Amino acid sequence: MKYVDEYRGADAAQQLAREIHRVTTRPWMVMEVCGGQTHAIVKFGIDELLPESITLIHGPGCPVCVTPLELIDKALEIASRPGVIFCSFGDMLRVPGSTTDLLSVKAKGGDVRIVYSPLDALKVAEQNPEKEVVFFAVGFETTAPATAMAVYQAAKKGIKNFSLLVSHVLVPPAMEMLLSSPECRVQGFLAAGHVCTVMGYTEYEPIAAKYRVPIVVTGFEPLDILQGVLMCVRQLEEGRAEVENQYARSVRRQGNQPAQELIRQVFQIVPRKWRGVGEIPRSGLGLSEPYAAFDAEQRFGVAGQSTAEPSECLSGLVLQGRIKPHECPAFGTRCTPEHPLGATMVSSEGACAAYYRYRRHTVANG
Amino acid sequence: MTTTCPIPIQQYPHVLLAHGGGGKLMHQLLEKIFLPAFGNPSLEARHDSAVLAFPTKRLAFTTDSYVVRPIFFPGGDIGSLAVYGTVNDLAMSGARPLYLSAGFILEEGLPMETLWRVVCSMKEAAQRCGVQIATGDTKVVDKGKGDGLFINTAGIGVIEHALTIAPQSIRPGDAVLVSGDLGRHGMAVMAVREGLQFESAIESDSAPLADLVLKLLEAGIEIHCLRDLTRGGLASALNEIAETAKARIAVEEKLIPVREDVHAACEILGLDPLYVACEGRFVAFVAAKDAERAAAIMGAHASGQGTAIIGKVLDDSSGDVILKSKIGASRILDMPSGEQLPRIC
Repeated sequence: MKYVDEYRGADAAQQLAREIHRVTTRPWMVMEVCGGQTHAIVKFGIDELLPESITLIHGPGCPVCVTPLELIDKALEIASRPGVIFCSFGDMLRVPGSTTDLLSVKAKGGDVRIVYSPLDALKVAEQNPEKEVVFFAVGFETTAPATAMAVYQAAKKGIKNFSLLVSHVLVPPAMEMLLSSPECRVQGFLAAGHVCTVMGYTEYEPIAAKYRVPIVVTGFEPLDILQGVLMCVRQLEEGRAEVENQYARSVRRQGNQPAQELIRQVFQIVPRKWRGVGEIPRSGLGLSEPYAAFDAEQRFGVAGQSTAEPSECLSGLVLQGRIKPHECPAFGTRCTPEHPLGATMVSSEGACAAYYRYRRHTVANG
Repeated sequence: MTTTCPIPIQQYPHVLLAHGGGGKLMHQLLEKIFLPAFGNPSLEARHDSAVLAFPTKRLAFTTDSYVVRPIFFPGGDIGSLAVYGTVNDLAMSGARPLYLSAGFILEEGLPMETLWRVVCSMKEAAQRCGVQIATGDTKVVDKGKGDGLFINTAGIGVIEHALTIAPQSIRPGDAVLVSGDLGRHGMAVMAVREGLQFESAIESDSAPLADLVLKLLEAGIEIHCLRDLTRGGLASALNEIAETAKARIAVEEKLIPVREDVHAACEILGLDPLYVACEGRFVAFVAAKDAERAAAIMGAHASGQGTAIIGKVLDDSSGDVILKSKIGASRILDMPSGEQLPRIC
């Protein structure tokens, strides 16, 4: 398949791995930001090909994982109401809230539907005028343009029975939060390729300069990740701290400007709570004033609810890259994909889930 | 699939509750729809149970229910699935399938035309497999309580070989073969459900496997275990077997056949072909010495096109399945958690 198979070639992968071994002279800690990259690394066993001195730390780039507990609880409350059709990406269905999850709400009779795009949710609203249709808008900047388009079209068409529970988050503030912590051990970053396809990478240039860290915009196939690691390690070995673009077939420095324009029109930057991390100022997207009527929290009167996180789940430390999943005492015992304690075990991009699915065996053997 | 016979009940275009009531309308349903399609001495006896003669051998007995949506999909329908699925379960014990039962739960309002198409499809499938539908049942439930049509089939076959074909027979060193490319059925159904249109329509791989298995037995292949791949795909089947047999199975991704269009559809939808359902595929564990011969026999058969040797059983009792990825690193191929694609068979 074009654009996929060429980037999974075994020979090229081995070649890149050998080159990484050749240029690495010291231990380095590199964080891959995006959950999709974490998943690919563990699924293809990319970290097995790297020299032992390179440690890959898994970053907070899983939007499902960072959606705060109270927002999940609000989603569950709204989805349980009669007359509501609750639309969501598939990943969110098994994420545990305080007492239940969307899949259980569906089993009890709630109309919970999986959609592949927010525009599908809008279609559901058009086809079911007597119901209230709510879309769970989760994601980083990658999915924000599609959400924005759905809101924009809803407003234009005058669709009244459509609203959104918005949980969009932004990458650069999260990176800054990580880097400004005194416990941060990350020396270089693989930035999220699809986020940057939308936003470009100009926002990362001041971060690289301020904290003196190389940032390489990286794709998701094995060869992308290996090349991204190579470029990052080369910078570290040479003492450089620049923003480079490995994913050039998809990312341009300015990004997708019409998409950014739409985001600016429909959304405004707001403070956002990140599950397991806490509130990061100016780190989320909320509906802007002209589109405020589409806010489900206001429409359903669930704004202002707040929930405390359970203490056993250490997903916050995993998301910050401070521990690896198998270092959590509950990993694989009290916390598994079947009965997860936190979102990192449930989401297909969550670091804990990736470790459990692909690495359980090697991890158990030390 | 085209219906060559015109529907015999013209004046009732839809199934009514009365068709399940045991009275005249049900009698008409039996006489006009089921008996003409499945006609055989056992059914024609019109008795509560079919009395069948068996030689004194071991028997294989299985049952399965079919709830697939949509009812008709590229490459098959719920009827052909119901016949092949149960025949294949018998084949996985190395049995020669002989008789099926067919229980129908019909929803009030189901178009009679739909029922007739399904029944004709079952008749063709049964003829292709050389089995008789010897007994059956029909119930009708209120509109809104049945989603169209559900079918249960049970099957009986005779075992004419002396092997114990089961996970317990697996030995370290056994070769693991798969009878063709993966994932066509699941993606065919998914494409119809999601309204996806690919340039080349993906068709279900639903097909009967008994004849192929019997050919392997005739050739004296030392078969240790067979399993047909349905929901959960190859990964599920291998995990179930590894766990039951307390064996470790190692397979290589580059050896596992997946057609390009299935691979592409999976990529678009974020699915892994190793977990997608098939309906006419099985995995075989054979003694290492017979691996090449088995692959040749399977590959030459209509139901075994694209057969590949994909791995082997290791000398280890961990009950795991290990996959060597295309770029050369290994990982666990885990059991799927929950439903990847609901109601595909």
